[in-house]
Amino acid sequence: MVVRYGGTTAVYGVSLTVPRGRVLALLGNNGAGKTSLLQVCEGFRRPDGGAARVLGLDPVADHDALMPRIGIMLQSGGVYPWATVGEILRLFASFAAHPLDTGMLLDRLGLRTVEKTRWRRLSGGEQQRLALAVALVGRPELVFLDEPTAGMDTEARHTTWQLIEELRADGVSVLLTTHLLDEAERLADHVVIMRSGVVAATGTPAELTAVAGIDLLEVHADAGLPIATLATGRPGLTATEDASGEYTISGTLDSAGIAAVLTWFADTGAQVTAVNTRRRTLEDVYLALTAKVLR
Amino acid sequence: MTGTFTPAPGRAATRTVVGRQIRMELLLTARRGEAVVLAMGVPLLVLLGAGLTRATNLPTGNRLGYVVPGVLALTVMSTAFTGQAITTGYERSYGVLKRLGASPLTRPGLLFAKTAAILCLVALQLLVLAAVGVAVGWRPEFGQVLPALGVTVLATAAYSGLALWIASLLRPETVTAAATLIYVLMLAAGGIMFAAPDLGAAGHFLLPLAAHAEALRNTLTAGTAVPGGVWAGLGLWAAGSLTAAARGFRWE
Repeated sequence: MVVRYGGTTAVYGVSLTVPRGRVLALLGNNGAGKTSLLQVCEGFRRPDGGAARVLGLDPVADHDALMPRIGIMLQSGGVYPWATVGEILRLFASFAAHPLDTGMLLDRLGLRTVEKTRWRRLSGGEQQRLALAVALVGRPELVFLDEPTAGMDTEARHTTWQLIEELRADGVSVLLTTHLLDEAERLADHVVIMRSGVVAATGTPAELTAVAGIDLLEVHADAGLPIATLATGRPGLTATEDASGEYTISGTLDSAGIAAVLTWFADTGAQVTAVNTRRRTLEDVYLALTAKVLR
Repeated sequence: MTGTFTPAPGRAATRTVVGRQIRMELLLTARRGEAVVLAMGVPLLVLLGAGLTRATNLPTGNRLGYVVPGVLALTVMSTAFTGQAITTGYERSYGVLKRLGASPLTRPGLLFAKTAAILCLVALQLLVLAAVGVAVGWRPEFGQVLPALGVTVLATAAYSGLALWIASLLRPETVTAAATLIYVLMLAAGGIMFAAPDLGAAGHFLLPLAAHAEALRNTLTAGTAVPGGVWAGLGLWAAGSLTAAARGFRWE
């Protein structure tokens, strides 16, 4: 898919697929092209190259057939400022053949206390939760969530995450955009990291964080061991003494690799006082990818 | 085993979807009640000012018989064109239209709902203004009420389409300025307080407000038929503007 705005290309040839009942997170900074990609999937724009198929339908040509089957959470606005929370949610519920119980949604999203409040008087987080409720009320097969937890406080964010996990468990497919790494790591079956309109990396969170050479082993032992010899003959490993008696080993640390490291320490006769493993987080991967561009 | 969110998608019956949207449009209009009253303020002033005093020159001695039907036509334009264009322009900038576009409500459904809500509002305003007219001495004829209603529905559709179309083309601030300017120009040149410029038969096609006002004077004051040129003129405006709205309407 290619999307251009005038002379600017927002999305250069991105391909992705969301399997049914799975959560795919589009991760990227502002301007990475996430929203442009969603706009095409939602039928608000035609792609300048390539095509989007949503549930087998063309989002523009088959707009009327597609809309009842999907739920869309827009990034901002989208509501009559003078209508109340309850009126808005019941309006969108009335458009659906088998809507969810609006009272249940208001309770689940903590909106019951503002049910009779007009939209323009809501906080940013409340507006976001209402937008999520509107996206879900028609019991869609697939939901598009554009930065679903932006502007939410910690509690609302966790409520939203639980809800998205429940959607997945109930068989709803989810395509969400976020720039929050913990959100992507926690929710997504599959992560697509976008940078300047291209896919910088893609995979499950485990795949992205388990690329060879990114796991770390921190070993505390006697100071001044000849640590350079650890890597000799083991090309997958690098080892350094960062502070006195604190060693960091990175590289191919599968079970055999870890055994080799500990055997080396045993052979030196040193007393090991602590061994910590550190998994690389999605944040490390993300920052590494971003750094490549800055360089 | 099914959960709370197990998919069960589908669109409600079209009648329900459109009906609920009409209800929301009317609810929000009622909530801006002061705007509705204000929209009737200018027509009321014109009715009382030009109808009861000799403030303007009219081509007839029956001042109320000339002014009241004109004011009714002016109100239709004020609500269906000016008011609706401004509201729709802002709804677009608030993202409301985009949100509705991302729902099972279809584009024809939204256009229909908006026009239907406007028709309800116009009917209410016309009843009030006609009652005021009768109270101050206007004596309407009732023999041609049905054709009068017919041209009014046509005019409403024409203005409504035009409003939705320009709200799609311009930024909301520009829509507000343009819609207000057109309203003021039509108030002056539309044959409400003064005689419309005599453009012959072409006038029925160029000035929809003057054509509508003339038709209402013919039917309600004189009890005569609607001129064929008015039917044709307003029919063309309605067909053209609704087509433009359906083609040019943008959700975003």
